Amino acid sequence: MATAPKPRNRRPPRIGEKPIFRNGLIAIVLVLVLLVIVAPLAIIGVQAFSKGAAFFAKSITDRDTAHAIWMTALTALIAVPINTVFGVAAAWAITKFDFPGRRLLLVVIEIPFSVSPIVAGVAYLFVYGLQGLFGDALQSADMKILFALPGIVLASLFVTAPFVARELIPLMQAQGRDLEEAATSLGASGWRTFFSVTLPNIKWALLYGVILCNARVMGEFGAVSVVSGNIRGQTNTLPLHIELLYHDYNAVGAFAAASILASLAIVTLIAKVALERRGAGRVRRPALAGPGLAGPTLETTEPGMSKP
Amino acid sequence: MKIRLDTIVKTFDTFRAVHGVSLEIESGELVALLGPSGSGKTTILRMVAGLEYPDEGAIFFGEENATDIEVRHRGVGFVFQHYALFPHMTIGENIAFGMKVSKTRRSTAEIAERVEELLRLVQLDGLKDRFPAQISGGQRQRVALARALAVDPKVLLLDEPFGALDANVRRDLRRWLRKIHEDLGITTLFVTHDQAEALDLADRVVILDKGRIVQAGTPEEVCRAPDNAFVMNFLGDANRLRATVTAGRASVNEILFDAAGVPDGPAELFFRPADVIWREEGAGIPAVILRVIDRPDSKRILAVTADGQHVEFDTAPEFPFRMQARGTLEILRPKVFAAST
Amino acid sequence: MPKAAISTNFTAAVDRRRNLWKTEAAAGHDVPRGFHPFAASPLTIDEGPALRPVTDRRMALARRAIQEIRGPALARRILPGLPLTLGITLVYVAVIVLLPLGALIFKAASLGPADYWTIVSSDRAVASYRVTMLCAAAATAFNLVFGMALAWVIVRYRFPGRRIVDALVDLPFALPTAVAGIALTTLFASNGWFGGALSALGLKVAYTPLGIIVAMAFTSLPFIVRTVQPVLEELDGALEEAAQTLGASDGEIFRKVLLPQLFPALLAGLSLSFARSLGEFGAIIFIAGNQPYETEITALLAFIRLEEYDYPASAAIASVMLMAAFLMLAITNILQTRALRYTVKG
Repeated sequence: MATAPKPRNRRPPRIGEKPIFRNGLIAIVLVLVLLVIVAPLAIIGVQAFSKGAAFFAKSITDRDTAHAIWMTALTALIAVPINTVFGVAAAWAITKFDFPGRRLLLVVIEIPFSVSPIVAGVAYLFVYGLQGLFGDALQSADMKILFALPGIVLASLFVTAPFVARELIPLMQAQGRDLEEAATSLGASGWRTFFSVTLPNIKWALLYGVILCNARVMGEFGAVSVVSGNIRGQTNTLPLHIELLYHDYNAVGAFAAASILASLAIVTLIAKVALERRGAGRVRRPALAGPGLAGPTLETTEPGMSKP
Repeated sequence: MKIRLDTIVKTFDTFRAVHGVSLEIESGELVALLGPSGSGKTTILRMVAGLEYPDEGAIFFGEENATDIEVRHRGVGFVFQHYALFPHMTIGENIAFGMKVSKTRRSTAEIAERVEELLRLVQLDGLKDRFPAQISGGQRQRVALARALAVDPKVLLLDEPFGALDANVRRDLRRWLRKIHEDLGITTLFVTHDQAEALDLADRVVILDKGRIVQAGTPEEVCRAPDNAFVMNFLGDANRLRATVTAGRASVNEILFDAAGVPDGPAELFFRPADVIWREEGAGIPAVILRVIDRPDSKRILAVTADGQHVEFDTAPEFPFRMQARGTLEILRPKVFAAST
Repeated sequence: MPKAAISTNFTAAVDRRRNLWKTEAAAGHDVPRGFHPFAASPLTIDEGPALRPVTDRRMALARRAIQEIRGPALARRILPGLPLTLGITLVYVAVIVLLPLGALIFKAASLGPADYWTIVSSDRAVASYRVTMLCAAAATAFNLVFGMALAWVIVRYRFPGRRIVDALVDLPFALPTAVAGIALTTLFASNGWFGGALSALGLKVAYTPLGIIVAMAFTSLPFIVRTVQPVLEELDGALEEAAQTLGASDGEIFRKVLLPQLFPALLAGLSLSFARSLGEFGAIIFIAGNQPYETEITALLAFIRLEEYDYPASAAIASVMLMAAFLMLAITNILQTRALRYTVKG
């Protein structure tokens, strides 16, 4: 034997695997992750409990805070199901049929990702506000949309419009139409085909989109702050209430309320990871993959459908 | 450059891919590593290149122990199975890459001239400015070869070089590669699972099974004198009949065959479908025809012997017999190996 | 609905054909079968000759016939549900997305060119554009380096906590912006965890443009990681090996082989990150200080004009942001289309 036995599974280094470089880079990145991502999360918890658990409990059970939590939950309860129905319908129409304007529709659905929430809020003001398109009609009919729940729901629907659709469209595009066509040719109705053939194949991606949509609805600040009117105890959602408390110099109360939303964010991340293990959120063209919770890419796997 | 592998062992996690392989490749030789998938042939090739390190054993380039030389200093040309052409570089840039990153500085003009020369060698003049995605599979294969040759490698290594191509392109490229090898005389080792490719191209064929060399020799040696049943089967269609060996004679249905060197006891008799003569009567193994398959240049006959063993053989297209015909089989060029248990 | 009728009739025809074959078989008609395994492929044995042509050739013919009658767009109208789903989609898109944006553009356009120009080119507005764009550029530059390093570490190395880091990357998207805003402000305030240390170095972050950069960098961090990461994962390892056999060093392989392939994804992530920073509001207003001309972002200016009941000014400034968003959308799409250039495997 020319050489002594060497350790098992030894393989030549790939690039960037020199120990100094590798360990140094990992260390730098981990420190930055701690400073940039973990520290903001940690300070929420630290601040929320800085006056003790009793004060925390008192803060989150405060009447106005409780009402803000209720407003946020109510908004999500209305907006998320509507958005889900829209997302499924849009994905079905776009992936199961060819019709003129399909590509344009894809682009329009993703517009809300690119538009600043403030712009969205201002835009809604010019539809339903007093000086808006329907302002006079709404006033004479004595209907209140802005500075009330309907306005908050509408603004939430705008900012989350693409969430469910963008998870389903690439997946359903990749799955093609063969299964649905087979089911239909065997005599299944459209509903039957959807519930027994399509839905089982997209359920994780659908849930993924719904969870991300919910997180955004509950956390939306900019658009809602324009249309809600910020009326304490009436039209305040949780993020708006946090701002109010913060500017009232009740920082601990603000962080107590914020800790609820931060917990929601952590639950969302855990659910996201769990669903990604089941394959959700993965069907994208590699170079075009958009980020998980926001971002304007709405991609399909059919080469012909790349946007102009 | 002569290459020598000295009892190489390689294990991936728990899977032992290569079991103590020793092999010598003479300078200027063209050698095929032939075997089914999982036989360890690609792992051996990658170890020669330095893309994997052996757990035990050593690799020598000439007299130099190359086992621990890093891949980038080993001076091998490697053609990857799917070519691994850089998709963002033109054909010309792909070929020039190795010269541009080389320690020996070359002028731009020198590099350009060498690229042109290599493009002529692989018959791709004029495609210098195309991208890999814009040329055919056979053309990509030749670009990959030109890129590997550009750095004047001591050894040329090819991993399933024709695996991804159609049959026609494959045959043409095989002959062409043989010619290039004759012109350049670089020691060349290539991996294939296609026995026709190995026999067509190589000076010497090394047949591998489960990480071990089962036979190495010229195409003539491995074809005419297979060492064992695996080689016999792997190189082409083969019939197998149960036999019993006593004192150097194998007996099948009372017919005796020469079996010098095979130990007494149960054995197997192998023969190629072309090595059968069918007779209506006379000496031979009695059999009945089950089915006749017509082929453009021959007929393939499926038959069953009196003791129920299936045999396939080829005959001239004029073969007149049909299903249920009875007769006897005379077997030419039989090979007897001890029974595999 | 004649189109739906065609597909229904067609399905019915397929069913009738199938039933016909079933009855023939049940009645004991001789369904030809191979009698020897070599005689024919199993496919022919299992299906009767009556069924096979319907599913293959006639299906194709029928589709072509429908196509000829109805035009290419409706050739695949085999499935039901287009009117319902497309109807829902169009109504939603029209009412929720297009109507408000249209109203905004209408409002801004009704100002008239002179007034519009006066508002959008006012000193305070221009200062806000400058602050927003410069801070967004700085935040994006930070994320380019950090995001690239983060993606590289997650994809290429195995170390304890890797999965947690991978999951945490999405936190800035999951965390509501207002929450991020107060958290960052508290961290960087002069008595905060970071603010104290930084002020010792003479660096003030909260209530300065640096604070805006911090908030923008935080909220747009995931974009570059999540666009680069999948490309890095999918890179063909053989390309690196090929470069190694050709004698290239690590640095050369990174610069000449890996980076060019990551480049389109990097550009796309860059433009997404920049666009997001331009529109960010919630996280910034807490930390920015919001001094006109100094630390006032455009989104805030639009909001302030609204609170001052200066609706035309708000509309005009919002319309500028909308145009910037559309411009970034177009740029992103062009970059992504170009990103497809090398996707055919070489």
